[in-house]
Amino acid sequence: MTYSAFFTIILTPLVILGLATVLTWVERRLLGLWQDRYGPNRVGPGGMFQAVADGTKILFKQDWIPPFADRGVFILAPAIGMMTVLLSFAVIPVTMGMGIAGDMNVGLLFVLGMMGLGVYAVVLAGWSSNSKYALLGGMRAAAQMISYEVFMGLSLLGVVMMAGSFNLHDIVAAQAGVWFIIPQCLGFGVFMLAGIAQTHRLPFDLPEGENELGAGFHTEYSGMKFGMFFIAEYAGIVLVSSLVTTLYLGGWRGPFLPPAMWFALKTGVMIIFFILLRASLPRPRYDQLMALGWKILLPLSLLNVMATGTILMLRAS
Amino acid sequence: MLDTLRTLFLTALHAFHRRATVQYPEQKPYLPPRYRGRIILSRDPDGAERCVACNLCAVACPVDCISLQKTEADGRWYPEYFRINFSRCIFCGFCEEACPTYAIQLTPDFEMGEYARPNLVYEKDDLLISGTGKYPDYSFYHVAGIPVPGKDRGASERERPPVDLHSLLP
Ligand code: SF4
Ligand code: SF4
Repeated sequence: MTYSAFFTIILTPLVILGLATVLTWVERRLLGLWQDRYGPNRVGPGGMFQAVADGTKILFKQDWIPPFADRGVFILAPAIGMMTVLLSFAVIPVTMGMGIAGDMNVGLLFVLGMMGLGVYAVVLAGWSSNSKYALLGGMRAAAQMISYEVFMGLSLLGVVMMAGSFNLHDIVAAQAGVWFIIPQCLGFGVFMLAGIAQTHRLPFDLPEGENELGAGFHTEYSGMKFGMFFIAEYAGIVLVSSLVTTLYLGGWRGPFLPPAMWFALKTGVMIIFFILLRASLPRPRYDQLMALGWKILLPLSLLNVMATGTILMLRAS
Repeated sequence: MLDTLRTLFLTALHAFHRRATVQYPEQKPYLPPRYRGRIILSRDPDGAERCVACNLCAVACPVDCISLQKTEADGRWYPEYFRINFSRCIFCGFCEEACPTYAIQLTPDFEMGEYARPNLVYEKDDLLISGTGKYPDYSFYHVAGIPVPGKDRGASERERPPVDLHSLLP
C-alpha cells in the first residue's frame, strides 16, 4: 500500500465527518432561509462555528444507557449506523484518482449492501432500547426498508445495464456523452425517493417521526451515541447525493472547472435539494409509503428496466 | 405529483422573501408604553413618594411576590420597605390595576436577566424612580379627602370645604 493510499483512507472519514458536522449548520441556515428567518447566525462568521459548539456540547453530555435496555446491542447500533455509511464512501470515486476504491468491480453492489446493513442500526436501536416509541420507530424502519430496498436496487439496474458494469468508474466513464439523468430519468426519480427513504430524511423520516414517536428509534439515546446517529444521518445525505452525482449526473465530468470541483458542485446541489425537500414536504403515513413503494415505484422501476433492456437490445441488433 | 413540485418551488421562492426575525440585541423591538415589563414605584409631581403602603398590590398579586411594611411619617403613610421578588413575578400587571395611587407601574423594559437568583429581589431603592411614570399630573393627596401637612381638610381638588356644624348660616 502506498503512502498516499494510506492517507486517503485516514483522511476520507475525517473529511466526511467534518462535512456532516458542517452540514448540520448548513441545513439549519437553509431551513431558516426558506422559513423567512435566520437560523443559527451567532457563533463565528454567519454562525459557522455553531456545529463546533454543538459538537462540543454533545461530547460533554452525559452518555446514559437506560437500565432496561439491552446493553450490548444498544451500544452496537449507532456504531453500525456510522460504520456502514463511512464504508460506503470507500467506493465513491470523487475524480479519476481521488477516492479509496473507486474502481472496485462490484462498487455499486457494495454500496447497496452497506445501505442494506445500515437498516440494522435503526432496527437494532429501536429493539434494544426496550421502550415503546423506540420499538415503533424500529418497526417502521423495517417496514420502510422492505418497501424501498427492492425498487432501489431495481432502479439502479437501468444505469448498470447502460454502463455494462457495476464499477463506479466505468459508470462515470459511460456518461461521457450524455448524463444518465436524461435516458434514465425514471430511474433517477425512483432512486431519489429510495435515497430519501434510505437516509430517513423528511418526508420519509417515519422511524424518527418526532411529533408522534418522541424521537422514534433514538428516543433513549443521549450524548455522543445520539450524536453518532445524527452525524450518520448527515453523512448518509452526503453519500446519497454523491451516489446520485456519480450515477446520474456524470460524476466529475464537466467543462472548465477541475473535476473535483464539479463533483463537489453537483453533490452540493443535491444536498441542497435534500434540504429543500425537508423544508417543504409533509410526512406520509407508513402504510402510504409502503403502498407507494410496492404499487407505484416497483412497477415503474421494473418498467424502466424493461424499456432500457429493449432499447439496448434493439440498438445492439 | 405536480402539487408536490409546486410546493417545492414555492418553498424555494421563500429564499427571496423578507425575513421576519428581529435580530434582538442589535435591533430592539418597539415596545408600547403600556408594555408590562420591569416594575417601578413612581413619585407624584411634587416629588413625594406616591405609595401609601395600602397593601392592595400585595393582595392582588397572584403569586404573592410583593412584600411591604407600613410606616408613618409627617402624617401620612409610607412603605418602610417595599420588596418585589422578580424571580416569581409573572408580569400580569394586576398590582398596577389594584394600586389606588398609581404608585406601582409596569414599564417597557424586560432586560433584567441575572446570574444569581437573589439578585432578582428588588428593594425599594431599586424600584423607586424620581419621576411620575405614565401619569404625569396625578397626585393622590391632591384629590384624596384626607388632610396632610400643607393641605387641610376640604382643600383637595374638586372638594368643597366641610360644613361648619356650629354655624347657623346656610
Ligand atoms: S405584575 Fe403581577 S405578579 Fe408581578 S408583582 Fe404585579 S401583581 Fe405580582
Ligand atoms: S404600591 Fe400602590 S397598591 Fe401597593 S401599597 Fe403602594 S399604594 Fe398600595
